[in-house]
Amino acid sequence: MSALLEVSGLCTQYVSQRGSRVTRAVDEVSFTLETGRTLGIVGESGSGKTTLALTLMRLLPPAARIASGSVRFEGEELLTKPESLMRDIRGKRMAMILQDPMASLNPLFTVGDQIAETLRAHESTPRRQAWAKARDLLAAVNIAAPDRRVGEYPHELSGGMRQRVVGAIGISCGPRLLIADEPTTSLDVTIQAQYLKLLGDLQREHGLAMIFITHNLGIVARMCDQVAVMYAGRLVEAGPVRTIFNEPAHPYTRALIESIPKFGDAAERLTAIEGQPPDPAALPPGCAFHPRCPFVVDRCRAEAPPESQVAAQHRTRCWVATPAPAGALKG
Amino acid sequence: MKRFIVKRVAYAALSLFLLSLTIFLFVRLTGDPAVLLVEPGASKADLAAVHEQLGLDRPLWVQYGQFMSSLFRGDLGNSFYYRTPVLELYLSRLPYSLLLAAAAMAFSLLVGIPSGILAAVRVNRWWDSAGKIFALLGLSLPSFWVGLVMILFFSVYLGWLPSSGSGTVLHVIMPAFALGWYFAAAHMRLTRSSMLEVLGSEYVKLARLKGLPEALVISKHAFKNALIPVLTLAGINLVIMVNVAVVVETVFAWPGVGRLLYEGIAFRDFPVVQATVLLGGAMIVVVNFFVDILYAVIDPRIRYER
Amino acid sequence: MNGSRAASLTVAWRFASLRVEGFPWIPALILSTIAFVAIFANVLAPYNPEIGTLGDRFRPPAWQAGGSDAHLLGTDHVGRDVLSRLIFGARVSMVVGFTAVIVAGIIGTVLGIVSGYLGGWVDQVIMRVTDTWLALPALTFAIFLAAVVGPSEMNIVIILGAVYWTRYARVIRGEVLSLRERDFVRLAIVAGCSKKTIMRRHILPNVLNSAIVLGTLMLGVVIVTEAALSFLGVGVPPPKPAWGLMLADGKKGLMAGYWWLTVLPGVCIMLMVLSANLLGDWLRVKLDPQLRQL
Repeated sequence: MSALLEVSGLCTQYVSQRGSRVTRAVDEVSFTLETGRTLGIVGESGSGKTTLALTLMRLLPPAARIASGSVRFEGEELLTKPESLMRDIRGKRMAMILQDPMASLNPLFTVGDQIAETLRAHESTPRRQAWAKARDLLAAVNIAAPDRRVGEYPHELSGGMRQRVVGAIGISCGPRLLIADEPTTSLDVTIQAQYLKLLGDLQREHGLAMIFITHNLGIVARMCDQVAVMYAGRLVEAGPVRTIFNEPAHPYTRALIESIPKFGDAAERLTAIEGQPPDPAALPPGCAFHPRCPFVVDRCRAEAPPESQVAAQHRTRCWVATPAPAGALKG
Repeated sequence: MKRFIVKRVAYAALSLFLLSLTIFLFVRLTGDPAVLLVEPGASKADLAAVHEQLGLDRPLWVQYGQFMSSLFRGDLGNSFYYRTPVLELYLSRLPYSLLLAAAAMAFSLLVGIPSGILAAVRVNRWWDSAGKIFALLGLSLPSFWVGLVMILFFSVYLGWLPSSGSGTVLHVIMPAFALGWYFAAAHMRLTRSSMLEVLGSEYVKLARLKGLPEALVISKHAFKNALIPVLTLAGINLVIMVNVAVVVETVFAWPGVGRLLYEGIAFRDFPVVQATVLLGGAMIVVVNFFVDILYAVIDPRIRYER
Repeated sequence: MNGSRAASLTVAWRFASLRVEGFPWIPALILSTIAFVAIFANVLAPYNPEIGTLGDRFRPPAWQAGGSDAHLLGTDHVGRDVLSRLIFGARVSMVVGFTAVIVAGIIGTVLGIVSGYLGGWVDQVIMRVTDTWLALPALTFAIFLAAVVGPSEMNIVIILGAVYWTRYARVIRGEVLSLRERDFVRLAIVAGCSKKTIMRRHILPNVLNSAIVLGTLMLGVVIVTEAALSFLGVGVPPPKPAWGLMLADGKKGLMAGYWWLTVLPGVCIMLMVLSANLLGDWLRVKLDPQLRQL
């Protein structure tokens, strides 16, 4: 049985206006996702995670182009699909929720309207039924007094409620895959946990596969089965959450995990990763992480490491972690 | 919502007060107001009589009180030239100005909004350049010159359109175009930038992510949001048009309040001048007020502000 | 104090380091030509612009039938040479335009700074007046003032200044409001500088950018308004040659087809206004991207 989502060798580039500068925002990214499982994509800002998500949804700005690769969703190749068919998939079989709920909701229309319109567009639901369903969806995302809320405008709801509405829009047509781009970053810390629980419940109820894009390893640890770490547009490590957290192979992953302050830690200073993430338009030669890597050897400066297996399900791109990548099977 | 309306009413009242005060002060404080308020060619005795009548030797605030009370009674003085109450005169001419302004506004919106949207949705193509030139010229060319050139072309050379007066649709075409071009350009620019801003917003992004057809995204989500600032401007511009149509009405001998103002100047008929300016300004304040209310109706966020 | 020196240096530096990318050469050339013509009008104009020969009325331009080389661009309804009037008209437009813009700029900037910095009731009063005057269309207001004080070249400048200062005040006040919170201003307050000193030495240099950009944008508007006023008969009084006045005279010959009396002055106005607008747009983008919303 093939996986729900198979991404291989995906490359997305931004081309400057005069065509002179090419920025590789997503570089040779491959991963698979099974039905009902959750993948966390971790990285700093500028690592390409949002571009990756938008590439999957085929909703890139005009300056970007997909240079190569393949994205197979439920067995169908998405990158060559005509736009009209892609629109059928968006919102219905693949859904995405964005970071800032105040900005994602149109201030001039009621929340009920904005939920209902997805239903009406994809399933041709008649207006009254769509409204009723919108109300039910609000209840499903644990919003109190849904009958009243359905007719209210976004600015009348609190931040947490707004993000729930966005979630309701996401699941409204019963998608198989939900991509969440930093869904809790704009929420208060106290609301974050509630929201994550909601997403988890929805996932179990509807058999949703989820891609969670975040820079917060805590969320990954809690919500995800697999994790993929991105740096400068490349996937530098991928594998099951337990494995990655306990035995990180790539120095960057290792540094990320070490930088999480642990309760009861005796150390006085927080460990930070030295240096700055590279400018995507001016990447260093060889491995993009080498200027900041404590284990760097000469080969890192010259050649960018290919993907190699560390263990059965565990891949990484690092000369130091896997000096001999020969004969590796894809996980 | 009620609090909002009350606030706006208070604000409008304050503006009207300041407007009347400004006009009053300018007349009273620059030279001898009696000279202005008396017919040209009046004798010294007449001047003295006017002094008495207006109480020009009384303290300023008393004079202002007199001024305001006559305003409230609807007495804005009499025209020297026409020998009728100015208010009557103004009201009889106003419909013509409104007609001209409506025609010009229709032109400016029908041309401005679609071209602004087109320019935003298909950036960097032929439309964008053509639109930019149209807008640049519209904002730079004096409207009365446009009118004069049009007369030269369409009346004198081609003989297609009448050069003056009112009465038929043909009479309105040239003045409406001359008056409206500037505003078409302004509306186009605003529509374009507003549309661009909205198209780049997060909610449009989400609408696309929901898989809505692009036509729906633009017509429902983008259009309404983008139009708000444009309609606000248009509403205000309508009244401004009535006022700045002075020159266009003069060029085309269109019998509106602009022409009335010109006549007031040409014939040294000061009561007419004063009243026209006062009423014109008052109209703007009132229309601003209604536009604010309308804005609150369209955009639910405004109702709850402050 | 450091802040203000740095600020004034910044202003100078900004001008010096203006890259010539996208510099609007043609508009700049046009404006310079007009300025040149205005300055050297006495030398350049072939005839006295205010006196005409009645026998020579309504002559068309040289290239049309009935025209002559004596009057390259024809004559008007009292036989005055059009070319000379256009040349001297440039002087009027330039003088009135620039002076009015400067007058409005000074009044508006000062009031904007005072209003923005001092706040309180001063601010309220100035802002209410500004809002009211802004509500009244400039042209109507200018006509009213001209009717009250009587037209003359000097009066027009004052009137235009009085009408347009409000546009400056608004913008400058906004800038001052944000400048007020900046560190170098706070340092000056702590150091004991008087309000007047702060406004003069710290705030003023920093708002000059906006004032200058506004000035270039206002130039076109002012010129069109002046032309309109002259056209209506309340601007520059005859027989002085102003382009707007020439248009009013030109109307007399319009129905007879004497096109040069209408088209030529209008073209001059158009060139000047277009150039000022294009230059102003370029300056706005270059000097301070923040001002783009103007």
